[in-house]
Amino acid sequence: MIGQVQKFGKSHSFYDIYERKGEGEQSTHYCPGCGHGTIQKLIAQAIDDLKIQDRTIFLSPVGCSVFAYYYYDTGNIQCSHGRAPAVATGVKRTVKDAIVISYQGDGDLAGIGMTEIVHAANRGEPITVFFINNAIYGMTGGQMAPTTPLGRKTLTTPFGRDRDRDGMPMGMAELMQAIAAPVFIERCSVATPKELLKTRKAVHKALQNQIDGKGFSFVEILSPCPTNWGMTPVDARTWMDQQMTLLYPLGNFRDAVVQQEEQPAEHEVPLWLDDEALVELLKGASDVPVMRMEPLSETQRVKIAGFGGQGVLSAGELVATCGMSEGLAVSWLPSYGPEMRGGSANVSVTLSMDEVGSPLVDHPNVLLVMNGPSLDHFEDQVVEHALVLVNSSIVTRKVRRTDVRTIYIPATELAQEAGLVSAANVVMVTAYLLISKAIPLDTLKRCIPLVLRKKAFLEKNLSLVERTMVYLQENGMV
Amino acid sequence: MGKRLMKGNEAAVHGALMGGCTHFFGYPITPASEISQAAAYYFTAAGRTFLQAESEVSVINMLYGAASAGARVMTASSGPGIALMGEGLSYLAGAKLPSVVIDMQRAGPGLGNIWPEQSDYNMVVKGGGHGNYSNITLTPASAQEMFDFTRKAFELADKYRMTVFILSDAYIGQMMEPVEISGPVLHGQRKDWAVYGDAQSRENLISSIYMSPALQRKHNEELQHTYRQVEQEVVDYELYMADDAEIVFVAYGIVARICHSAVHALREQGIKASLLRPKTVFPFPKNVVEDFAKRRIPLAVVELSSGQMADDVSLAANGNVEVFRYLTMGGETPTVAELVASVQRDMATLGSRRSS
Ligand SMILES: Cc1ncc(C[n+]2csc(CCOP(=O)(O)OP(=O)(O)O)c2C)c(N)n1
Ligand code: SF4
Repeated sequence: MIGQVQKFGKSHSFYDIYERKGEGEQSTHYCPGCGHGTIQKLIAQAIDDLKIQDRTIFLSPVGCSVFAYYYYDTGNIQCSHGRAPAVATGVKRTVKDAIVISYQGDGDLAGIGMTEIVHAANRGEPITVFFINNAIYGMTGGQMAPTTPLGRKTLTTPFGRDRDRDGMPMGMAELMQAIAAPVFIERCSVATPKELLKTRKAVHKALQNQIDGKGFSFVEILSPCPTNWGMTPVDARTWMDQQMTLLYPLGNFRDAVVQQEEQPAEHEVPLWLDDEALVELLKGASDVPVMRMEPLSETQRVKIAGFGGQGVLSAGELVATCGMSEGLAVSWLPSYGPEMRGGSANVSVTLSMDEVGSPLVDHPNVLLVMNGPSLDHFEDQVVEHALVLVNSSIVTRKVRRTDVRTIYIPATELAQEAGLVSAANVVMVTAYLLISKAIPLDTLKRCIPLVLRKKAFLEKNLSLVERTMVYLQENGMV
Repeated sequence: MGKRLMKGNEAAVHGALMGGCTHFFGYPITPASEISQAAAYYFTAAGRTFLQAESEVSVINMLYGAASAGARVMTASSGPGIALMGEGLSYLAGAKLPSVVIDMQRAGPGLGNIWPEQSDYNMVVKGGGHGNYSNITLTPASAQEMFDFTRKAFELADKYRMTVFILSDAYIGQMMEPVEISGPVLHGQRKDWAVYGDAQSRENLISSIYMSPALQRKHNEELQHTYRQVEQEVVDYELYMADDAEIVFVAYGIVARICHSAVHALREQGIKASLLRPKTVFPFPKNVVEDFAKRRIPLAVVELSSGQMADDVSLAANGNVEVFRYLTMGGETPTVAELVASVQRDMATLGSRRSS
């Protein structure tokens, strides 16, 4: 039987001399009777027949076939243990015309690399996977593999594989069959010349599929490891043929014309943007115009706090955008994560004439509070003479500190009167900027469209700014 | 050129695309998810590749594959994810593949929490995976630097055939600041070592295996040679108000920003404080530290960790001067007032010790 294999001879896709193995080397590193050598010759032959030698990128796994790159005169990538399908994904998504072959053992693919193979299959990566099932960890000297039959003695199952302890042998072709995306799934064997011919066909088919851009192809090949099975090469092939195939029935599991699950809806994939279009995409339309710089009497260390959903973060963004538009140095730092989930949000904004050092505002000189808990939380943190603005529509209590300047403004009511349910934040920011004179009214109006998400409400927001100004004037606040 | 107000996280993705990155592979984790989300939008809209992988293990191996095929590649994650990438990072180093990885550090160990820490320093700067290798590690302290450093990272990665880390933290990523989208769009060139699946590259092999100890030794020595070269050519830092320094803060990332404010606060109190802000921590600006130490100017390392960078500072100071450590862990940050108090206390003690 081994003689049969020889007749394929050396393919073009194999090096004549294995210089990567050693000077003048002509023999492989595989043990006599090993299935790896046989299968790799079949693959090399197919690469020749299909004329894809230049296009092929062969991924070597970790296992006895780790040195496949000694032999293949193709592009080669050696991968970490089990991860070849992820590597193949990276390769194929970079060079789409390459023929990417992932060649993996059972420890590699069904053990450590189970996640990678399942997900690559599920994405239908248009690659070809050859899965060499020899029911043992060959390279490390004969430990149990996920595919080791029950009762088999290995170095790590000295009393035999036990179902309750070790689980059942894993059928990978069956598992692949449970996934919708693969186009081709077959299990074959190299036990007999007849099976070898079928394997040869399956190898061809799995590669042809990739050439045709059809999808993910998976060929499981039962393969002998005489060395670690403790058998002669002949006995090993007999055992495979008579015993292993009972556990791992041979045959084709799937041969689909195209990938089964079509994309649910046609969606356009954007084309590659050239440099100019890319820069346009990145710069966006909202370049903030930098206007004349108004000197700022004092660095503004602003804290805005309220319920999540009150627009606290965008209020901060509006303040920061105004500052930027005045040529000031600004920073904006939100509270985030679990703190937000508790329903409260706050943001720290700094406006400064010089570079902003710490963007954290430990002691604000401006505090905008949109709800009661925020007042409780931040009242004691503000500095003396700070400006404290309170949304009196929501906050019922008064500010206790007497060393600060406090303004009460019914922000939620003013916003609702203007026909906006959630624009109390705009009222608060307007009041702050006008009272403090940090930013002129014109700048605020110019910046609102840059920050506002719902453009349809722009007019209403602008008239709310006017309304707020009138309210402040009527109440002698500005 | 105008500026845009944007988060550090978003700025990094802008920097990546301007830096010629074509492939982003990601897996969600707070506080790095925003980077993947921005990449999902911008990379796809620009006709580049964004893919959400099934795990960080897969992410780093997808990077390995795409980099092998010559692409400019990147990902972003946080401590737990970076830890999972350890083996892959080591393979990238062994196979001399260029890649860019952002670590938005969060508090650990274990799941910890999502608040900022700087506790991945050792993992990132000293390697993280197995074997003798280093990553170039850039430490931005503003949204603008998130853009600039990420853009530059791809050039460095290609030049030295190494992984370049952007070691940042939750605050730098979350913070919005004005960012200038500057410079021409960079592009990776065809690499003579990569595998493209064509005749020209057929002879190429991407591998980290050297079966004979002699060859492995040679390979390792070559890698070390590259790292020494990187130490000469890539080191970068900022010195702030250092001419008349009485004490020098050493800090990176968000903490450097806090120290910047503390420098001013201390100067108002009559203490001439300064700041050394490493922009690269591998290579570490040892010479600058050494120089301060020789001039007997005390150093104060401010760090959100148990003192991981502080060890590098102490090593460079070589016992020539006091190295104070103001360390905070768990996701909290020191306030300016706390730093001022610490410096006042330690300078007073030092003063009495030196005069006695
Ligand atoms: C992360 C990691 N864990 C463990 C190993 C050790 N190791 C090398 S090969 C191998 C098993 C390979 O078995 P299999 O995939 O069945 O291939 P075979 O050698 O039988 O062809 C193991 C566990 C490794 N190289 N890397
Ligand atoms: S140990 Fe087994 S799998 Fe490995 S080369 Fe020898 S026979 Fe083949």
